Amino acid sequence: MLIRRPSDILPSEITPRDAYLNRRRLLAGAAGLALAAGLPKPSRAAALSAVKSPLSATDEKLTSREDITTYNNYYEFGTDKASPAAKAKTLKTSPWTVKVDGLVAKPADYALEDILKPVTLEERIYRMRCVEGWSMVIPWVGFPLADLIKRVEPLGSAKYVAFETAFRPDEMPGTDTIFPVLDWPYVEGLRMDEAMHPLTILAVGLYGETLPNQNGAPIRIVVPWKYGFKGIKSITRISFVEKQPETAWNKQAPDEYGFYANVNPKVDHPRWSQATERRIGEGGLFVKRRPTLPFNGYADQVAQLYAGMDLKKFY
Amino acid sequence: MAGPISAQGAKRGFAVPQVPKIAVYVIGFIPAVWLFYEGVNDRLGADPMRYLEQALGLWALRFLIASLTVTPLRQLAGVNLLRYRRALGLLAFYYAALHLVTYLVLDQGLDFAAIWADIVKRPYITIGMATFVILVPLALTSNNAAIRRLGGQAWARLHRLVYVAAIGAALHFLLVVKSWPPEPLVYTAIVLVLLGYRLVRSLAKKASPRRRPA
Repeated sequence: MLIRRPSDILPSEITPRDAYLNRRRLLAGAAGLALAAGLPKPSRAAALSAVKSPLSATDEKLTSREDITTYNNYYEFGTDKASPAAKAKTLKTSPWTVKVDGLVAKPADYALEDILKPVTLEERIYRMRCVEGWSMVIPWVGFPLADLIKRVEPLGSAKYVAFETAFRPDEMPGTDTIFPVLDWPYVEGLRMDEAMHPLTILAVGLYGETLPNQNGAPIRIVVPWKYGFKGIKSITRISFVEKQPETAWNKQAPDEYGFYANVNPKVDHPRWSQATERRIGEGGLFVKRRPTLPFNGYADQVAQLYAGMDLKKFY
Repeated sequence: MAGPISAQGAKRGFAVPQVPKIAVYVIGFIPAVWLFYEGVNDRLGADPMRYLEQALGLWALRFLIASLTVTPLRQLAGVNLLRYRRALGLLAFYYAALHLVTYLVLDQGLDFAAIWADIVKRPYITIGMATFVILVPLALTSNNAAIRRLGGQAWARLHRLVYVAAIGAALHFLLVVKSWPPEPLVYTAIVLVLLGYRLVRSLAKKASPRRRPA
């Protein structure tokens, strides 16, 4: 039986978040962007400086760093929740390039440093609702996906954005199984207006530090009003396309995982209810279910994107 | 189920050290005690309720499988663990009951509307519940008095329901996960091999009734 032991205590766990974020801001000049500096693959997370964002959900208690970084779905590193934290260390995240192609004026292989140079990193505290019925509150560090999209200038014919995760069997033991769990590489997609929405971010960190590999290092999508599987990790390719792109889970089980995958308590997964959720770190064995909110509580900001659509059909 | 032990088979079988049956129960309950202890001390990971629920279910399936290996072990390897089979079967039932109680109380918080909706709407819950219902009469008749009352043949017929329960438990496991991860596939394969063995053997017996089983 595997019993998780607490890992080494990180400074972020014993220093109040405000205090260390302030300290980081002071140090930012000297330290610069750890990512932009092109540090060799960090064995330990590197500090990031980030400004607070009014788009954060600030009234809710943050899920602990321990829980966020040891309870992961990242099937390239195994289907068990604890596997990614144990096995993702093998993923080489530096150097890292992201191919931008398709219906776009500036297609290229962009080095991660170049993507990050002009952006202002923000702290975005978001609720994360997994399609399996659990949720967390995560302090991401990232920037609006819209910033990057504007820079690469998509053509008018581009209606969707498609994303692809790195596929490296040598570094990803979970892809090397007799029965592939998913049709690798992992792919995801967003409609252009969803991708351009200010809540949609490319995250490069959490809790003020670079992303651990198991959370999708070095760069991943976070779309807080959709189920977690839409947040594609370790992105190596962003394509601008005209037709709705294929998505990994939809290919695996089309009747269970739709393209939109908006959090919706009224549309059940065929095999379980989506009406309630368990907040990780709350209550231990005696966890109380809390009601799941339409669009994960972001309905005010995003419901208009789907005006007139039958959300039962476009799940 | 077990046929009469042939003198030949018993002679060939190597001696298994005689461990008191109570030891099987004591050892068998160690995982449950450990899980509750770790759970109460919040050491079952980020989602402790789900961990406990799944671990108890998995132990139920493991003991069910263990009880189904007794007959092939005796017939193929000459290892006779028949005297422990009842304990293994009952342990499977006790773990299934703990698994069910965890689901009802800790997972669903005794919200009977939600539980009923699950039972009618979710095939894996329907199958899980049906499997537990099947195990109840088997557990209730797992004693010498019941065997005497029912008579050996009727008792054996009733207890063939364990095959249905094993299939139900494996299906329940397969249906609860996303995609096809290896663990439920492996357990399902083990169940199929154990049941397939019995099927092949009974077909072979029918084809040549005079041949003594090997």
